[in-house]
Parts: sequence; C-alpha cells; structure tokens
Amino acid sequence: MRIGVMVCHCGNNIAATVDVEAVAAAAREFPDVVFATDHMYACSDPGQKSIEQVITDMKLDGVVVASCSPRMHEATFRRAVERAGLNRYMFEMANIREHVAWISLDRRRNTEKATDLVRMAVEKLRHNRPLTAKSFDVQKRVLIVGGGVAGVQAALDCADGGLDVVLVERKQAIGGIMSKLDKTFPTIDCSVCVLGPKMVDVGQHPRITLHTLSEVEEVSGYVGNFEVTVRKKTPYVDWTKCTGCGACLEKCPSKKVPDSFNENVSFCTAINIPFPQAIPKRAAIDPAHCRQFTKGKCGVCQKVCPADAIDYTMQDEVVTEKVGAIIAATGLDLFDHTKCGEYGGGRYPDVITSLAYERMLSASGPTAGHIKRPSDGKEPKTVVFISCVGSRDRSLDRPYCSNFCCMYTAKQAILTRDHIPDSKAYVFYMDIRANGKGYEEFVRRAQEEYAVEYVRGRVAQVYPQAGPDGPQLLVRGADTLLGTQVEIAADLVVLAVGVEASKGAGSLAEKLRISYDHYGFFLEGHPKLKPVETNTAGVYLAGCCQAPKDIPSSVAQASAAAGKVLSLLSKDKLESDPQIAMVTGNRCIGCGKCERTCPFGAIRMREMRDGSQRAEVVETVCQGCGICSVTCPVRAIQLQHFTDSQLLAEVNALCRTWDETSE
Amino acid sequence: MSVPGNSSASPATPALTNPKRLAYYPGCSQSGTAAEYDISTRACCAELGLELVDVPDWTCCGSTPAHTVDHHLAGALAARNLRQAEATGCERMATPCPSCLAALRTAGHHLHQEAYRAEVEHLLGGPAPQESTAISVLQALVENIGPEAIATAVKKPLTGLRVAPYYGCIMNRPPELMAFDDPENPTAMDRILAACGATVVPYPFKTECCGAAFGMPRLDVMQRLSARLLAMAEECGADVVVVACPLCQMNLDLRRGQVNSAAKADYRMPVPYFTQLLGLALGLPESSLCLDKLVLDLRPALARAEERERKRAEESAAQNGAKPCKPGDASHKEDAPCA
Repeated sequence: MRIGVMVCHCGNNIAATVDVEAVAAAAREFPDVVFATDHMYACSDPGQKSIEQVITDMKLDGVVVASCSPRMHEATFRRAVERAGLNRYMFEMANIREHVAWISLDRRRNTEKATDLVRMAVEKLRHNRPLTAKSFDVQKRVLIVGGGVAGVQAALDCADGGLDVVLVERKQAIGGIMSKLDKTFPTIDCSVCVLGPKMVDVGQHPRITLHTLSEVEEVSGYVGNFEVTVRKKTPYVDWTKCTGCGACLEKCPSKKVPDSFNENVSFCTAINIPFPQAIPKRAAIDPAHCRQFTKGKCGVCQKVCPADAIDYTMQDEVVTEKVGAIIAATGLDLFDHTKCGEYGGGRYPDVITSLAYERMLSASGPTAGHIKRPSDGKEPKTVVFISCVGSRDRSLDRPYCSNFCCMYTAKQAILTRDHIPDSKAYVFYMDIRANGKGYEEFVRRAQEEYAVEYVRGRVAQVYPQAGPDGPQLLVRGADTLLGTQVEIAADLVVLAVGVEASKGAGSLAEKLRISYDHYGFFLEGHPKLKPVETNTAGVYLAGCCQAPKDIPSSVAQASAAAGKVLSLLSKDKLESDPQIAMVTGNRCIGCGKCERTCPFGAIRMREMRDGSQRAEVVETVCQGCGICSVTCPVRAIQLQHFTDSQLLAEVNALCRTWDETSE
Repeated sequence: MSVPGNSSASPATPALTNPKRLAYYPGCSQSGTAAEYDISTRACCAELGLELVDVPDWTCCGSTPAHTVDHHLAGALAARNLRQAEATGCERMATPCPSCLAALRTAGHHLHQEAYRAEVEHLLGGPAPQESTAISVLQALVENIGPEAIATAVKKPLTGLRVAPYYGCIMNRPPELMAFDDPENPTAMDRILAACGATVVPYPFKTECCGAAFGMPRLDVMQRLSARLLAMAEECGADVVVVACPLCQMNLDLRRGQVNSAAKADYRMPVPYFTQLLGLALGLPESSLCLDKLVLDLRPALARAEERERKRAEESAAQNGAKPCKPGDASHKEDAPCA
C-alpha cells in the first residue's frame, strides 16, 4: 500500500504550537508512507490540488491529512481524493488543531501528540478498504406535525414545491396560537386576517391531506421512507357530510363547556366549531360534556342536523402514511400561571393570562372585543401587566427567556389604551427585549404615544382590596429605578406567561428519535449551522417546538425547513451511508442480542434454510452507531469503516509509541 | 429542583414507621410568653393520639442572636438539640415555633458542607447529625394525623367562626429549606381549621411580615406592618386572626395597644394560636388551652360567631320550610339557595 501524508499549518492555528515540518518528517518513517509534506492551508484550492497531484504522481492508494476536525473538512478532502480517482473511504483525517494545537502551548509535547495521531491515522488507513454507497427510492411526500402558523407555512411551501403533504393537528382546527391572537406586533395587524388566507389555502390545496383531531402514534422507517401511523380521534360527526352550518351549536343543550379556544374565559356547547374562520369548518362533539355520552340520552344535534352528519357510534380511525421526510412543528404551551402563588393566578378571577386577555381583545372572542373583567363584567380602568411570569425564573425551573412576551405586552398595553382611552396601563418588567425589526420603536410608541407606564421591577404580591368603586386588586412591587416600593390599585392584572414546550413534545421526540432538552424543546442539528435540521436524517424543525420564537421567526424557520425537505426530496434516489453495521454470516450464532440493543430497529433475525437464526442489518435503517458491534459476543457484526481490526490498529499504533517513549 | 405548586401541593407524607410518635422540642418562648401555645399543643396532640416525647435536656436553638454573632455556634446549638432528639428514637422532631424550626433546619442544611460540619463537630465535641429531622407542629398535625382524621375527632365544631389564618413569613420560607406547603399561599392551617368546622376567609396576607423583632429597635415599622395585617383581616370579615408563631402572636396581641394607637384604629379581634382553636373543636376544656393567657379575649368572638350561626340556621330553616328544594335539582345552578 502506498500512503501519502499532508500536515497542515492552518496559518498559525496549528503551526504556532506544533512543529508541522517535524510531524511530516516523522510520518515519512511510518510503514507504507511513501510521501509526506506540510502545507499552509490544506483545505484551500491549491492545497486540494496538490493532494490530487500527489495521488496521481506518487500512485497513492490512500491519503492522511493532519489538520482540523473532520466535522469541518472531511467532506472536502474526501471529494478531493475522489477527484484523483481514489475511493473516498481511502482517506483519514488526524485532528491536530482542536485536539492538539488549541488546547496546549507546549510545543514539544504537542508535536509528539500530533505525530501519534498521524501514526494512528496511517495505521487505520492501512486497514481501510473501499466502500460504496448504495441508493434507494424515496417517498416524495412529507409529514408535518402541528398545524400552527409554522406547520401551515411549511405545508404550503412544500405543497407549492410539488410535494404531497400530510398535515397532522391535535386540535379540531388548524391555526394554533396565532389564530387566537387579536392583533400582531409591531404593526397591529389583525392576526386572523393575516393567517386566515393561509389556512384557507391549506384547506383547499389539492396536494395537502389534513388530519385534524389527530395525533402521531408511531413512526418507523428512515429518511426517504418513513411510515407513520396517525390516530384520528372521532368527532362523532361525519365530516364528509357536515357543512359547518352551525345548527347543532344553536340547539345543543349542554352550553356550559369551558371553551378552550377562548382560554376557558367563556363557555361553549358540547358540539362545537371553535371559531368562525376554523379550517376545517366542521363540528365535533366533546364526549366529556355531551349529554348523549354523559347521561345516555339527548340526541338533539342528531335531530337538528340538516346534513344527517351526527353519528354517536363513530370510532377513532388509525391511518398509515408513507412519507420521505417529517417536519415537527408542535409549537408551544403556556406556563401554568397558578404556579405563581404571589400573583394569585387561579385564586383571583381578575388575574388572567395574557392569552385570555388576547381573547378578550378579539372581536370574535368571548366579550366580542370589549374588555370586561371576569369577576363582574366591568370595564377596567387600570390594567397592570406583569412580565416574565414563568420566564427567566430559576426558582420555577424556567431560566430561559420566552422571547416575545415583552413585545406582546407592549401590544396589549397599546390595545388597552386604544379600547379604553381613559384607562391607565402599567407594565412591570425586568428588561425590555425588543430585538426585532421595528420592535424597539414599537415599545417606544407604547411608552411615549400611548403613555403606558413602564415600571422596572418585580411584583411581590397581588391581593384583593376594596376600592372606591368596588373590589380591586392591589399590586405591590418594587421600582428598582427609583429605589422605592410601589403599590397600584388595579382593576385587572394580566400575567405575561412564558413559553413551555408543547405537552407531549418529549414523547413525540422519542417517536421521531430526535433529541430534546430538559424543558422539552427539540434540539437542532447545530445551534449555528443546522438550525432546522435534527440529528436524525429526514426530520426537520419549525417554530416554537425548537425554542420560543415569535411569528416571523416561526414562519422563517418553517420556510427553511420546507426548503430543506424540497431539496432532500428533489432527488429520486438517496445515497445510503456505507458506514453501517454488517454481519459476517458464518460467524453469527443467532443469539439476537444485537436485535435487542439496536436503538433504531435496524437489525432483524432471519431464519436460514437449516432452521438456524442469523442477524441481518437493514442497511437503510442502520445509523452506524456501533452498539451492536460491542454487544455481539462473537464479533460477527462489524461497523464498516470502524471495524475491530481498524480500531485495534489505531490502539496498537498508540500503545507502541508509548512503549518507545517510556524506554 | 421541584417547582413550588399551588394550594394543595404539600409534599406527600413520607413513609414513617411510627407516625404517632414524635420527639418534641418546645423552644424557649413556649416556656415563657407563649406558654399557652405549648400547653395547647400538648393537649391537642394527646387528644389526637400523637405521642410527644420531650427532647431530654434541650437548650436554646440559637435563635436570631447566635447566627448574628457566630454561624458555627448557631449550627452547634441547633445540632446539639438535634442530637439530643436522636436519643428519643423518634424519626421526626416537632417544634411549635417557626423561628426554632428555621434555626434547626438551617443547621441541617449547612451541615452538608464539610468544613462547616468539621467546625460544628469540634464545638460539639462529637458527631453532628446527618440530617435535620425538625418539622413544625403544624406539619406534624397535617402529615402525621391529617385533616380528615382531625375532622372525625372534632366534637364541638367551630361552625360560623370566621378565621383568618396567618402563617407569618418564615413558616414556609425559604421553600427549599422548609420544604413544606406552598410558600406563597400556604394552606396547612386552612385545612386544619376547616376540618374544625371554621369558615376560613381568603386572607391574602398569610405570609406577610408582622414586623417581627422590629418591635424593639423600630417600633414604628412593627406598628405599621401589624396594623396592615389587622386591617386586611377586618376587611376579610374575620372574627379572629389565627397564628402559628409566638412572635407574630405577641406583635398582634400583646402589642395591640401600640398598634392601635399608631394606626389610630380600634382593632379588637383576638389572636389565638391554631392549637387553641383546634383544642376547642376537639372539646378540650378551656383551662387546658390557657385561653386566659391571651391579651384579647377570645370568648366574645366565639359568642358572636355562635349568635350569627344561630340566626343563619333560623333563617335557612324558615326558607327551607317555605320552599323545599331537592339537592339534585340545583346541582348545576351554583346560585341556587341550597346548592
């Protein structure tokens, strides 16, 4: 075998603390090395050219580059050796920058360690063999989990790009949190007017299949060929017949059902269409409150339905969808404001969440757009907003910033002054985080044009107190700019509750085999460079399921995810990574340990003609993690490109050096 | 770290092998200004079958003076009492006084630091306990007995008595240290008093400061803070403010004249310990509860409640006679008279 070694200076990054010429000189003495040199920038165009040149000139069989992390430039160099006619797996990289030069200033010992690493890479390369990727067909369909604004945007982008889209939404209608909002910052646009057309497009798009009232139950398969089972909960209404006329809503006798779309500030009927612009505009029965189900008799909706759509005997339906890629857009849930006892949320009716207030501001909301406090229906004249409720609070295990509460609080304060011109609005805040386009100006407008009083400090306590015109809430807090305590007699207190990961996000992540953090937010592939990818190929993220973000950021990420899916599924076939497990058939004893330990379900047992069992790797499912190889008691299953003999060659190379130096 | 929950979120009762037997650390106040707290506590526990084993040869917990002078001394004083309690063989040690409790639990917390432990053990001349076993009598009654058991033991329910439960600022705080009940809206005393048949008013100042030891250096501060507590209790329509802390009790009861004169008010509501009301509900004789040790007499408040209850019963009897209604009919109408 003929091996060439190139040691990179990386400008001064490596050369400052490693004697690269000495490393190259030492490499020349290693077995099979017929050429070794150093280069200022191996990754540069001339650097790559010289690698190609030397492969041809010296008739090399393999190349080692000692430079940065393979996460940076492995792909670059593999392409270079491929251009020169070698197999891309006849290349090894020794990381002498992150692992050596950047972590120590001791030039002598750095040089020794760099030499060791090169020796190991050479030994590994001596045991390498060419590997070839296989290709497989892909499903040109995409599944999107979550029908909020991110899911809607991703669905439309993918569908317009020519993919078939399956959109799964847990609730009865799509639209998510955005459909509940009255106005959006910083333009005070009507939220549902902006979102509505997109929702209509989703409902009418020939390429989009909509499953609402549905949840993902199981995910199997791999990039290009996922198989997803979706449970469609029954609405007890045949949606192919229902016209959304609303006759059933008028006649339903069970009218005291807490309306979750209106944040439980008002009531709805047991058979319901959540809001006028709902997509799909179809009625569904809540069996927990429907008299037909709770008492066993009623049947009013069935009698009045002109389309004969009501069917109390309907059952859940489970459908299986085959897709090539998945976008998770499961959105957010709000912090439970009753956890903050000091604000009295849940105890005092006039302490409400920001989203409940938003519903109150909305013309389609429970108060038809009039601000009325829940306790007595009076119009409040003093409204206090408390920001960072369940955000930036380590004592509540919510140390993170929820990103957009500062902005919606400014918006709600402005709207308060708009709705009730003789009102006062106070905002207790920690810091104002207004870092989007036009955001800072918007907060300024709230303060200057709308005379919203911003008080920098936390609220210590909210408690009821008799006011001149009936009961009020006394808000006691600190003004840290003035260094005093403040007390404000408020008619209504609005808690700017923070963002939490959607309930059930963790279990969905496990089904999708993607990572999630301590708080349930899904982890992106790389915080800077892979913001919409996950570490599972073919699964992408959009919106608040990844981190709290506002509407424009959610939409941007959704479009980015759609772009990623479109580029992935633009190919008819995908290449599989050949660095996967492989079973040596005559060694396998069929014990099945590998099948049990494989986290991806990539190994199955096959019965041979003689009746014995043999493990078999499903090449497209295997992720190359190597757990099976360490589990196998007879070393029958080997991870290609990281076989036992390759790894032991490296270990031997390292131990041999130690022997020599210790003498 | 656990998230403090709301109303009913007190931690589940730990599995105790003998929940009916507790070491008992009275603390200094309970042998002086708060003798009635100690006496009524003992009476109630005896009636409820909770055996209190006195910690042998107990000393001062260190209280505020010790830790203002020397943290290690404070730890040693508390640790000594915890070690004395170990001799009783009980799993937990109850104390009526929140201030003692804070000292005893703080010591247990600091003893996790090796250097601190070494210094304390040097002062003690022996090993310090691994954990603080101290809990409040209030916690013991809620967890070792439970409101349900109390309710069944009640002989003379306090029907009609409107009580404002006042916990004081340190009974539940800091939450990581005290590890009992909701730090912002505690409910342990509410549940016991409700079990006694009393009407617990939604008192928002449950954990506000009464002025504590400021009664000595800055009387004006204590007067202002205590007056607020009383004003709020009055606004809530309470007959009595019920306390679980000797210092709170002193500020609200003994110093009432000072508070009233500063606030130019005439607050008259009495301030019993919750154990005294519990004792009354359990049917214990007034003498064993030392009601006469309260500066503001409790009896007029009890009489007023009784009178009010009698009138209400008469009225509702008259109404029920005129318009009988079946419970089932009104089940979904919250404003129905008999719902």
